[in-house]
Amino acid sequence: MTPVATTPGAAYPLRRRAVVARLLGARGDLLVVSGLGAPTWDVSAAGDSPLNFPLWGAMGGAAMVGLGLSLAQPARRVLVLTGDGEMLMGLGALATIALKRPANLAIVVLDNERYGETGMQATHTAGAADLAAVAAGAGFPVALDVFDQDALDAALPRIRGEAGPVFVNIKVRVEDLPIVAPPRDGAYLKDRFRAALLGAAAAG
Amino acid sequence: MGIDHGGALPWPGGVHAALRRARVRHVAYVPDAGQAELIALCAGDGAMGMVPLTTEEEGVALLAGTWLGGERGVLLMQSSGVGNCVNMFSLARACRFPLLMLVTMRGQWGEQNPWQVPMGQAVAGILRLSGALVFEVERSDAVAETVDAAAAMAFSGAAMAAVLISQRIVGAKAFPQ
Repeated sequence: MTPVATTPGAAYPLRRRAVVARLLGARGDLLVVSGLGAPTWDVSAAGDSPLNFPLWGAMGGAAMVGLGLSLAQPARRVLVLTGDGEMLMGLGALATIALKRPANLAIVVLDNERYGETGMQATHTAGAADLAAVAAGAGFPVALDVFDQDALDAALPRIRGEAGPVFVNIKVRVEDLPIVAPPRDGAYLKDRFRAALLGAAAAG
Repeated sequence: MGIDHGGALPWPGGVHAALRRARVRHVAYVPDAGQAELIALCAGDGAMGMVPLTTEEEGVALLAGTWLGGERGVLLMQSSGVGNCVNMFSLARACRFPLLMLVTMRGQWGEQNPWQVPMGQAVAGILRLSGALVFEVERSDAVAETVDAAAAMAFSGAAMAAVLISQRIVGAKAFPQ
Protein backbone atom coordinates (compact mmCIF):
# COMPACT_ATOMS: atom_id res chain seq x y z
CA MET A 1 0.00 0.00 0.00
CA THR A 2 1.20 3.44 -0.82
CA PRO A 3 0.64 5.62 2.19
CA VAL A 4 -1.76 8.48 1.61
CA ALA A 5 -0.38 11.81 2.75
CA THR A 6 -1.98 13.29 5.82
CA THR A 7 -1.65 16.94 4.80
CA PRO A 8 -4.79 19.10 4.90
CA GLY A 9 -6.19 17.94 1.54
CA ALA A 10 -8.92 15.91 3.17
CA ALA A 11 -10.11 18.95 5.13
CA TYR A 12 -10.33 21.69 2.49
CA PRO A 13 -13.90 23.01 2.44
CA LEU A 14 -14.39 23.45 -1.30
CA ARG A 15 -15.70 20.50 -3.27
CA ARG A 16 -14.55 20.17 -6.86
CA ARG A 17 -17.85 19.43 -8.61
CA ALA A 18 -19.55 22.42 -7.00
CA VAL A 19 -16.56 24.62 -7.83
CA VAL A 20 -16.64 23.59 -11.50
CA ALA A 21 -20.41 23.97 -11.72
CA ARG A 22 -19.94 27.51 -10.41
CA LEU A 23 -17.10 28.31 -12.80
CA LEU A 24 -19.09 27.06 -15.78
CA GLY A 25 -22.47 28.44 -14.79
CA ALA A 26 -23.91 30.86 -17.36
CA ARG A 27 -20.75 30.25 -19.37
CA GLY A 28 -21.88 32.11 -22.46
CA ASP A 29 -19.37 31.61 -25.25
CA LEU A 30 -16.55 30.48 -22.96
CA LEU A 31 -14.12 27.96 -24.51
CA VAL A 32 -13.03 25.24 -22.08
CA VAL A 33 -10.08 22.85 -22.09
CA SER A 34 -9.91 20.28 -19.31
CA GLY A 35 -6.94 18.26 -18.13
CA LEU A 36 -7.05 14.51 -17.97
CA GLY A 37 -8.63 12.69 -15.08
CA ALA A 38 -10.88 14.30 -12.53
CA PRO A 39 -11.10 17.78 -14.12
CA THR A 40 -12.41 16.20 -17.33
CA TRP A 41 -15.01 14.27 -15.30
CA ASP A 42 -15.88 17.45 -13.36
CA VAL A 43 -16.40 19.47 -16.53
CA SER A 44 -18.59 16.72 -17.97
CA ALA A 45 -20.60 16.56 -14.75
CA ALA A 46 -21.35 20.25 -15.22
CA GLY A 47 -22.79 19.46 -18.67
CA ASP A 48 -21.34 18.28 -21.96
CA SER A 49 -20.74 21.01 -24.54
CA PRO A 50 -19.17 21.08 -28.00
CA LEU A 51 -17.12 24.04 -26.76
CA ASN A 52 -15.40 21.79 -24.23
CA PHE A 53 -12.20 20.09 -25.27
CA PRO A 54 -11.77 17.44 -22.57
CA LEU A 55 -8.40 15.70 -22.58
CA TRP A 56 -8.27 11.96 -21.90
CA GLY A 57 -4.48 11.89 -22.05
CA ALA A 58 -1.61 14.19 -23.06
CA MET A 59 -0.71 14.76 -19.43
CA GLY A 60 1.03 18.09 -18.97
CA GLY A 61 -0.51 19.53 -22.14
CA ALA A 62 -3.76 21.17 -21.01
CA ALA A 63 -2.35 24.64 -20.35
CA MET A 64 -0.57 24.69 -23.71
CA VAL A 65 -3.69 23.61 -25.60
CA GLY A 66 -5.35 26.55 -23.88
CA LEU A 67 -2.55 28.88 -24.94
CA GLY A 68 -2.86 27.81 -28.57
CA LEU A 69 -6.61 28.29 -28.49
CA SER A 70 -6.30 31.70 -26.85
CA LEU A 71 -3.78 32.87 -29.46
CA ALA A 72 -5.97 31.70 -32.34
CA GLN A 73 -9.16 33.15 -30.78
CA PRO A 74 -8.08 36.36 -29.06
CA ALA A 75 -11.64 37.68 -28.87
CA ARG A 76 -12.91 34.67 -26.91
CA ARG A 77 -12.35 33.84 -23.25
CA VAL A 78 -10.47 30.56 -22.81
CA LEU A 79 -10.56 28.61 -19.54
CA VAL A 80 -8.25 25.71 -18.78
CA LEU A 81 -9.42 23.54 -15.89
CA THR A 82 -6.86 21.05 -14.77
CA GLY A 83 -5.45 19.22 -11.77
CA ASP A 84 -2.35 19.65 -9.69
CA GLY A 85 -0.68 16.50 -11.01
CA GLU A 86 -1.35 17.47 -14.62
CA MET A 87 -0.07 21.01 -14.07
CA LEU A 88 3.05 19.77 -12.30
CA MET A 89 3.95 17.70 -15.37
CA GLY A 90 4.09 20.82 -17.54
CA LEU A 91 5.34 23.62 -15.32
CA GLY A 92 7.43 25.07 -18.14
CA ALA A 93 4.18 25.93 -19.89
CA LEU A 94 3.57 28.59 -17.25
CA ALA A 95 6.73 30.39 -18.35
CA THR A 96 5.73 30.07 -22.01
CA ILE A 97 2.22 31.40 -21.34
CA ALA A 98 3.48 34.31 -19.24
CA LEU A 99 5.90 35.21 -22.02
CA LYS A 100 3.09 35.35 -24.58
CA ARG A 101 0.77 37.08 -22.12
CA PRO A 102 -2.61 36.21 -23.67
CA ALA A 103 -5.15 38.52 -22.02
CA ASN A 104 -8.03 36.11 -22.71
CA LEU A 105 -6.63 33.00 -20.99
CA ALA A 106 -7.33 31.74 -17.47
CA ILE A 107 -5.72 28.63 -15.99
CA VAL A 108 -7.54 27.15 -13.00
CA VAL A 109 -6.01 24.27 -11.08
CA LEU A 110 -8.26 22.10 -8.92
CA ASP A 111 -5.61 21.21 -6.37
CA ASN A 112 -6.50 18.28 -4.13
CA GLU A 113 -2.81 17.46 -3.61
CA ARG A 114 -3.40 13.99 -5.02
CA TYR A 115 -3.04 11.87 -8.15
CA GLY A 116 -6.72 10.99 -8.23
CA GLU A 117 -6.73 8.45 -11.07
CA THR A 118 -3.96 6.27 -9.73
CA GLY A 119 -4.82 5.75 -6.10
CA MET A 120 -4.79 9.16 -4.44
CA GLN A 121 -1.04 9.28 -4.01
CA ALA A 122 0.29 12.62 -2.80
CA THR A 123 1.47 15.11 -5.41
CA HIS A 124 4.19 17.66 -4.79
CA THR A 125 1.59 20.23 -3.74
CA ALA A 126 0.93 18.05 -0.68
CA GLY A 127 4.52 18.74 0.20
CA ALA A 128 6.26 22.01 -0.56
CA ALA A 129 5.10 23.06 -4.04
CA ASP A 130 2.95 26.20 -4.35
CA LEU A 131 1.56 26.42 -7.87
CA ALA A 132 0.31 30.02 -7.65
CA ALA A 133 3.78 31.07 -6.53
CA VAL A 134 5.26 29.18 -9.48
CA ALA A 135 2.86 30.97 -11.83
CA ALA A 136 3.72 34.33 -10.30
CA GLY A 137 7.40 33.55 -10.59
CA ALA A 138 6.93 32.51 -14.21
CA GLY A 139 5.50 35.96 -14.88
CA PHE A 140 1.72 35.65 -14.65
CA PRO A 141 0.31 39.11 -13.91
CA VAL A 142 -2.51 37.52 -11.88
CA ALA A 143 -1.84 34.48 -9.68
CA LEU A 144 -4.24 33.67 -6.86
CA ASP A 145 -4.87 31.03 -4.22
CA VAL A 146 -8.42 30.08 -3.30
CA PHE A 147 -9.10 28.16 -0.12
CA ASP A 148 -12.77 28.88 0.64
CA GLN A 149 -16.09 29.98 -0.78
CA ASP A 150 -15.55 33.69 -0.21
CA ALA A 151 -12.28 33.59 -2.10
CA LEU A 152 -13.93 31.58 -4.88
CA ASP A 153 -16.70 34.14 -5.17
CA ALA A 154 -14.10 36.91 -5.41
CA ALA A 155 -12.02 34.99 -7.96
CA LEU A 156 -14.89 34.11 -10.29
CA PRO A 157 -15.18 37.44 -12.13
CA ARG A 158 -11.40 37.57 -12.44
CA ILE A 159 -11.33 34.09 -13.97
CA ARG A 160 -14.08 34.99 -16.39
CA GLY A 161 -13.03 38.48 -17.34
CA GLU A 162 -9.82 39.97 -16.00
CA ALA A 163 -7.06 40.77 -18.48
CA GLY A 164 -4.70 37.85 -18.06
CA PRO A 165 -3.22 35.49 -18.25
CA VAL A 166 -4.91 34.63 -14.97
CA PHE A 167 -3.77 31.72 -12.80
CA VAL A 168 -5.94 30.49 -9.94
CA ASN A 169 -5.06 27.56 -7.71
CA ILE A 170 -8.13 26.26 -5.89
CA LYS A 171 -7.57 23.92 -2.98
CA VAL A 172 -10.30 21.27 -3.05
CA ARG A 173 -11.20 18.41 -0.78
CA VAL A 174 -9.96 14.91 -1.52
CA GLU A 175 -12.96 13.02 -2.87
CA ASP A 176 -13.35 9.83 -4.82
CA LEU A 177 -16.22 10.69 -7.14
CA PRO A 178 -17.90 8.68 -9.91
CA ILE A 179 -16.52 9.21 -13.39
CA VAL A 180 -18.75 11.32 -15.61
CA ALA A 181 -17.24 10.72 -19.01
CA PRO A 182 -17.44 12.93 -22.09
CA PRO A 183 -17.16 11.35 -25.54
CA ARG A 184 -13.74 9.72 -25.72
CA ASP A 185 -12.99 9.76 -29.44
CA GLY A 186 -10.49 12.58 -29.83
CA ALA A 187 -11.17 13.22 -33.50
CA TYR A 188 -14.87 13.60 -32.74
CA LEU A 189 -14.16 15.98 -29.86
CA LYS A 190 -11.90 18.05 -32.10
CA ASP A 191 -14.30 18.13 -35.02
CA ARG A 192 -17.35 19.05 -32.98
CA PHE A 193 -15.40 21.80 -31.20
CA ARG A 194 -14.28 23.29 -34.51
CA ALA A 195 -17.75 23.00 -36.00
CA ALA A 196 -19.28 24.78 -33.01
CA LEU A 197 -16.63 27.50 -32.98
CA LEU A 198 -15.84 27.95 -36.66
CA GLY A 199 -18.85 26.55 -38.51
CA ALA A 200 -19.69 23.20 -40.04
CA ALA A 201 -17.16 23.55 -42.86
CA ALA A 202 -14.31 23.40 -40.36
CA ALA A 203 -15.32 20.03 -38.97
CA GLY A 204 -13.36 17.83 -41.39
CA MET B 1 29.79 30.54 -34.81
CA GLY B 2 31.26 27.25 -35.98
CA ILE B 3 28.32 26.58 -38.27
CA ASP B 4 29.40 25.45 -41.72
CA HIS B 5 26.65 25.91 -44.25
CA GLY B 6 28.94 24.35 -46.82
CA GLY B 7 28.14 26.95 -49.43
CA ALA B 8 24.62 25.56 -49.64
CA LEU B 9 21.74 27.44 -51.18
CA PRO B 10 19.87 29.59 -48.68
CA TRP B 11 17.14 27.08 -47.85
CA PRO B 12 15.69 29.11 -44.94
CA GLY B 13 14.20 31.70 -47.31
CA GLY B 14 12.56 28.98 -49.36
CA VAL B 15 11.15 27.31 -46.28
CA HIS B 16 9.80 30.58 -44.95
CA ALA B 17 8.04 31.11 -48.27
CA ALA B 18 6.66 27.57 -48.09
CA LEU B 19 5.29 28.23 -44.60
CA ARG B 20 3.63 31.38 -45.92
CA ARG B 21 2.08 29.39 -48.76
CA ALA B 22 0.79 26.91 -46.20
CA ARG B 23 -0.85 29.79 -44.28
CA VAL B 24 1.11 29.04 -41.13
CA ARG B 25 0.26 31.64 -38.46
CA HIS B 26 2.01 30.25 -35.39
CA VAL B 27 5.67 29.25 -35.18
CA ALA B 28 6.51 27.27 -32.04
CA TYR B 29 10.14 26.48 -31.42
CA VAL B 30 12.98 25.58 -29.16
CA PRO B 31 15.91 27.27 -30.87
CA ASP B 32 18.41 25.28 -32.90
CA ALA B 33 21.47 26.87 -34.50
CA GLY B 34 20.51 25.13 -37.74
CA GLN B 35 17.18 26.97 -37.81
CA ALA B 36 18.37 30.34 -36.53
CA GLU B 37 17.96 32.03 -39.91
CA LEU B 38 14.51 30.53 -40.47
CA ILE B 39 13.41 31.60 -36.98
CA ALA B 40 14.59 35.14 -37.71
CA LEU B 41 12.72 35.22 -41.02
CA CYS B 42 9.50 34.04 -39.37
CA ALA B 43 9.93 36.50 -36.49
CA GLY B 44 10.18 39.30 -39.04
CA ASP B 45 6.97 38.20 -40.76
CA GLY B 46 4.02 40.14 -39.39
CA ALA B 47 1.64 37.31 -40.35
CA MET B 48 3.39 34.83 -38.05
CA GLY B 49 3.30 34.76 -34.26
CA MET B 50 6.34 33.29 -32.52
CA VAL B 51 5.97 31.00 -29.53
CA PRO B 52 9.27 30.15 -27.85
CA LEU B 53 8.89 26.96 -25.81
CA THR B 54 10.67 25.66 -22.73
CA THR B 55 10.46 22.11 -24.09
CA GLU B 56 9.30 20.75 -27.42
CA GLU B 57 6.24 18.81 -26.26
CA GLU B 58 4.66 22.14 -25.36
CA GLY B 59 4.56 22.79 -29.09
CA VAL B 60 2.57 19.65 -29.84
CA ALA B 61 -0.11 20.76 -27.37
CA LEU B 62 0.05 24.39 -28.49
CA LEU B 63 -0.59 23.51 -32.12
CA ALA B 64 -3.55 21.33 -31.12
CA GLY B 65 -4.97 24.46 -29.51
CA THR B 66 -4.32 26.73 -32.47
CA TRP B 67 -6.01 24.20 -34.77
CA LEU B 68 -9.01 24.04 -32.44
CA GLY B 69 -9.11 27.81 -32.83
CA GLY B 70 -8.96 27.62 -36.62
CA GLU B 71 -5.33 28.52 -37.30
CA ARG B 72 -2.28 26.64 -38.55
CA GLY B 73 1.14 26.37 -37.03
CA VAL B 74 4.50 24.67 -37.30
CA LEU B 75 6.87 23.21 -34.72
CA LEU B 76 10.58 23.84 -35.26
CA MET B 77 13.04 21.77 -33.29
CA GLN B 78 16.35 19.99 -33.21
CA SER B 79 16.36 16.20 -33.43
CA SER B 80 16.91 15.85 -29.68
CA GLY B 81 13.57 17.58 -29.14
CA VAL B 82 11.66 14.78 -30.84
CA GLY B 83 12.40 12.58 -27.86
CA ASN B 84 10.83 15.12 -25.56
CA CYS B 85 7.57 14.99 -27.55
CA VAL B 86 6.79 11.29 -27.57
CA ASN B 87 3.86 11.01 -25.16
CA MET B 88 2.40 14.31 -26.32
CA PHE B 89 2.31 12.93 -29.87
CA SER B 90 -0.62 10.83 -28.64
CA LEU B 91 -2.66 14.04 -28.59
CA ALA B 92 -2.08 14.61 -32.30
CA ARG B 93 -2.57 10.95 -33.12
CA ALA B 94 -5.67 10.26 -31.04
CA CYS B 95 -7.44 13.43 -32.18
CA ARG B 96 -5.99 13.50 -35.71
CA PHE B 97 -4.63 17.00 -35.32
CA PRO B 98 -2.47 18.25 -38.18
CA LEU B 99 1.08 18.55 -36.86
CA LEU B 100 3.76 19.97 -39.16
CA MET B 101 7.27 19.62 -37.76
CA LEU B 102 10.60 20.79 -39.15
CA VAL B 103 13.47 18.96 -37.50
CA THR B 104 17.08 19.91 -38.00
CA MET B 105 19.25 16.87 -37.52
CA ARG B 106 22.15 16.40 -35.19
CA GLY B 107 24.03 13.23 -34.41
CA GLN B 108 23.83 12.25 -38.02
CA TRP B 109 26.62 13.61 -40.23
CA GLY B 110 29.94 14.78 -38.85
CA GLU B 111 28.59 15.26 -35.34
CA GLN B 112 31.37 15.98 -32.85
CA ASN B 113 29.22 15.70 -29.72
CA PRO B 114 28.56 12.03 -29.04
CA TRP B 115 25.68 12.87 -26.69
CA GLN B 116 23.68 14.00 -29.74
CA VAL B 117 24.11 10.72 -31.58
CA PRO B 118 21.60 8.44 -29.81
CA MET B 119 18.61 10.66 -30.56
CA GLY B 120 19.91 11.64 -33.98
CA GLN B 121 19.99 8.00 -34.97
CA ALA B 122 16.62 7.19 -33.41
CA VAL B 123 14.52 10.15 -34.45
CA ALA B 124 13.12 8.89 -37.77
CA GLY B 125 12.12 5.61 -36.17
CA ILE B 126 10.55 7.31 -33.18
CA LEU B 127 8.52 9.56 -35.44
CA ARG B 128 7.29 6.64 -37.54
CA LEU B 129 6.38 4.61 -34.45
CA SER B 130 4.49 7.65 -33.20
CA GLY B 131 2.43 7.78 -36.37
CA ALA B 132 4.13 10.59 -38.27
CA LEU B 133 4.83 10.82 -41.97
CA VAL B 134 8.59 11.27 -42.28
CA PHE B 135 10.24 13.28 -45.06
CA GLU B 136 14.04 13.05 -44.96
CA VAL B 137 15.85 15.75 -46.94
CA GLU B 138 19.50 15.50 -47.86
CA ARG B 139 19.84 18.43 -50.32
CA SER B 140 19.36 22.08 -49.54
CA ASP B 141 17.55 22.74 -52.82
CA ALA B 142 14.89 20.17 -51.88
CA VAL B 143 13.96 21.49 -48.44
CA ALA B 144 11.33 24.03 -49.48
CA GLU B 145 9.49 21.70 -51.85
CA THR B 146 9.51 19.04 -49.16
CA VAL B 147 7.94 21.46 -46.70
CA ASP B 148 5.26 22.18 -49.31
CA ALA B 149 4.55 18.46 -49.61
CA ALA B 150 4.57 17.80 -45.89
CA ALA B 151 2.34 20.80 -45.17
CA ALA B 152 -0.18 19.66 -47.77
CA MET B 153 -0.38 16.20 -46.24
CA ALA B 154 -0.53 17.54 -42.69
CA PHE B 155 -3.18 20.18 -43.14
CA SER B 156 -5.28 18.53 -45.83
CA GLY B 157 -4.96 15.03 -44.41
CA ALA B 158 -5.06 15.67 -40.65
CA ALA B 159 -1.66 14.04 -40.35
CA MET B 160 1.51 14.36 -38.34
CA ALA B 161 4.26 15.20 -40.82
CA ALA B 162 7.93 15.71 -40.02
CA VAL B 163 10.57 17.10 -42.36
CA LEU B 164 14.02 15.98 -41.23
CA ILE B 165 16.63 18.41 -42.51
CA SER B 166 19.93 16.58 -42.74
CA GLN B 167 23.02 17.62 -40.85
CA ARG B 168 24.67 17.59 -44.30
CA ILE B 169 22.57 20.68 -45.02
CA VAL B 170 22.74 22.53 -41.72
CA GLY B 171 26.36 21.65 -41.00
CA ALA B 172 28.00 20.17 -37.92
CA LYS B 173 28.89 22.39 -35.01
CA ALA B 174 32.64 22.61 -34.51
CA PHE B 175 34.05 21.85 -31.06
CA PRO B 176 37.61 22.30 -29.81
CA GLN B 177 39.58 19.23 -30.80
